[in-house]
Amino acid sequence: MAMITLNINGRDHALDVDPDVPLLWVLREQLQLTGTKFGCGTGLCGACTVHLDGEAVRSCSIPVSQAAGTRVVTIEGLSPDRSHPLQQAWLAEQVSQCGYCQPGQIMAAAALLSRIPTPTDAQIDEAMSDNLCRCGTHARIRRAIHRAARGGPR
Amino acid sequence: MKTDVDLSRRAFLRNAALTGGGLVIGFHIPWPGLAAEPAGSLQPNAWLRVDHQGLVTVWISRAELGQGVRTALPMLVAEELEADWTKVRFEPAIPAPIYGDMATGGSRSIRMMWEPLRKAGATAREMLLTAAAKTWGVDRGACRAETGAVLHPPTGRRLPYGDLVDRAAALPVPENPPLKDPKDFKILGKRIPRLDGPEKVDGSALFGIDVRVPGLLVACVARCPVFGGKVASFDDAAARAVKGVRRVLQISGGVAVVADGFPAARAGADALRIIWDEGPLAGLDSAAIRAKFVELAETRGAVGEYKGTGAEALAASTRTIEAVYEVPYLAHATLEPMNCTADVRKDRCEIWVPSQAADAVQETGVALTGLPPEKVIVHNVYSGGGFGRRHEQDFVTDAVEISKQIGAPVKVIWSRQEDLQHDWYRPATYNVLRAGLDASGRLVAWTHKVVGPSIVGRWGEEALRQGIDGTSLEGAWHLPYAIPNVQVEWVRHEPGIPLGWWRSVGASQNAFISESFLDEVAAASGRDPFELRRELLKDSRRHRAVTELAASRAGWGTPLPAGRGRGIAMHECFGSFVAMVAEVTVSASGAVKVDRVVCAVDSGMIVNPDLIEAQMEGGIIFGLSAALMEEITIAKGRVREGDYAEFPMLTLREAPVIEVHLGPSGEAPGGIGEPGVPPVAPAVANAVFAATGKRIRKLPIRTV
Repeated sequence: MAMITLNINGRDHALDVDPDVPLLWVLREQLQLTGTKFGCGTGLCGACTVHLDGEAVRSCSIPVSQAAGTRVVTIEGLSPDRSHPLQQAWLAEQVSQCGYCQPGQIMAAAALLSRIPTPTDAQIDEAMSDNLCRCGTHARIRRAIHRAARGGPR
Repeated sequence: MKTDVDLSRRAFLRNAALTGGGLVIGFHIPWPGLAAEPAGSLQPNAWLRVDHQGLVTVWISRAELGQGVRTALPMLVAEELEADWTKVRFEPAIPAPIYGDMATGGSRSIRMMWEPLRKAGATAREMLLTAAAKTWGVDRGACRAETGAVLHPPTGRRLPYGDLVDRAAALPVPENPPLKDPKDFKILGKRIPRLDGPEKVDGSALFGIDVRVPGLLVACVARCPVFGGKVASFDDAAARAVKGVRRVLQISGGVAVVADGFPAARAGADALRIIWDEGPLAGLDSAAIRAKFVELAETRGAVGEYKGTGAEALAASTRTIEAVYEVPYLAHATLEPMNCTADVRKDRCEIWVPSQAADAVQETGVALTGLPPEKVIVHNVYSGGGFGRRHEQDFVTDAVEISKQIGAPVKVIWSRQEDLQHDWYRPATYNVLRAGLDASGRLVAWTHKVVGPSIVGRWGEEALRQGIDGTSLEGAWHLPYAIPNVQVEWVRHEPGIPLGWWRSVGASQNAFISESFLDEVAAASGRDPFELRRELLKDSRRHRAVTELAASRAGWGTPLPAGRGRGIAMHECFGSFVAMVAEVTVSASGAVKVDRVVCAVDSGMIVNPDLIEAQMEGGIIFGLSAALMEEITIAKGRVREGDYAEFPMLTLREAPVIEVHLGPSGEAPGGIGEPGVPPVAPAVANAVFAATGKRIRKLPIRTV
């Protein structure tokens, strides 16, 4: 065990944790930030996607020690009130079905839009194809990203 | 409908611990397997409440799996109630015997509940109207209900429902409240946003895996990799040495490691050294299963359908064609792995679980704890996908057994590998089809022999009807096409792989087979596949209409560049009629890319068009994953595929353009959760044939 300070959604948390434990489980079990989901544990589905210094990463495959000294943002920290353009676009396009993969999808899309404000279909494919959705909301995810990209500042 | 407010309120209080009062309407929703209400008495199994703030709450006994029932069912109430939609809420019902079967499957929710829910809303509306008229001392006929209030236009007065509920609750309940004329609908048929939308974009929606209770421990289970195997002995020294591990115990599912959190529980389970008694299936593999299917295909099966002179008509045909079709076992692979939280005490058992069958969860709790049903409280939380997997009780059994043994609340979380390797699979089958054409090329005979295992056979021989599991023949028998001579047979073989419900069940495979073979008939007789279907559907109005709608919207018959092809397929199931046209590109190396899928659906009266479109889009993607890439294979009695690389699903890059066209018929609503799946595989396979001349007779397609 080791003391690790994590900056999550703008707040510092001093935690006594096993440094090798995946960030995902520290978020979910220590900090009760359960919006970040467990889907596969091997980085193949994207349900656990969070931002480390603005980049989309798979929190199931990153040891918590690696997150120390970075700014971690989870779905709960994307906006205080669902006002992020992607959250608004997700609602406008009625993307969610079961909803389980959607926090990871939204976080992956948010990282994409901060890099490329108006992505092409090919750029969306490139950024989003490692985020799986079993309900088949694919077309609506694409539409929502385009809608958010049109919708102004992030 | 018989409705008694006092009784329903008492029943409601008993079952949902309601406080706060207001107008509560209890009503009875008939359900298969549930005894009819005794004459003259009310046995409510559904409720709606209008409270003092005017909030309308509808208790929903069906599980929200993503299909949208928690939005669509309240819409039915709200329409008749003339509710203010912004003040409508849902609550999940807590299982009790009054509900009967709470299984959420078979695309039944809307089909079974659309009328009772509308009547309930109308009942409350009539009582609120009467209450307002009495309050004002005016003629009731001059009052009107609108957007959560009663108006009296002659005097311009208005009373919101919240101010009327106490008076309304004291009134007699009308026997036959009038239902609205569909032309006056303000909510039904509209694109109403999902009530669960907001909480699913900010991480606040509570799924089973997110449940927290004080003192909660987490468990992972090591299971015998071979189906039917058991623990012979185990050494848990290394598991107990993992920091955070609290207990190691044997349960019926294997060996459970209980820890402070998931990482320690998982590491502990992985560190167990277990000697398995692998049992009789240890030598089983996919090739052996197939070899047995091939052998049995030579035998006579149980005849499920016999029309005209059946198979004899083949001999009288001028020309016959024959083909063998094969489909694999498939896993459900919901994104949220199986999980369940249980807190078993001496006098009470509480279970939090994402389930498609909350009543079965309660039965499992009762069976394992010996407690009476009213002491087993089941909280059905959001499911991260269901697709049939969450009817099963294995993950519930894990959690209840562990909590009972350790005397503490525990959440069992399965790994992705366990999820794929310990599923209840869509059956693999082997199929022999023959068609007979007469001298003019007309289709006069059709035979289909399905060789495979039975899903319902799990529950014993008595679950079969005349020796047949009808789910094995869904989509193979009683086709809507005008074929004078038909014989459909079923040969059962049980390799021992666990089987379960998989989105659209038998239709998921048989529609691929029937609709592909019909395309072979078209090719053999030199007919256009769409025109042949249209002719054979001349007496099947709804089937023909969706087929024509899909073809016209897809531009059927217009030219495509080389390497591209267009295929059509149609299937009816769960009360809805769906046709699709797929356009594919086949590369020089044989890679299949699905470019576009045009879908036409007639699901009767439309409750919410956006939810129908979403289910069609989702069903198409789900069906495409199976058609193009998914297969569960067996080696040494175990499943080979253990992660999403080995059991992939369609990604955004591979997703086609999907267009959904609604062709409502005004009939009673059909189901929408499943009917989007079956037509897509044959539409794609037929498109591949159109593009390349190569006939796909085995799934998944992978390359051609």
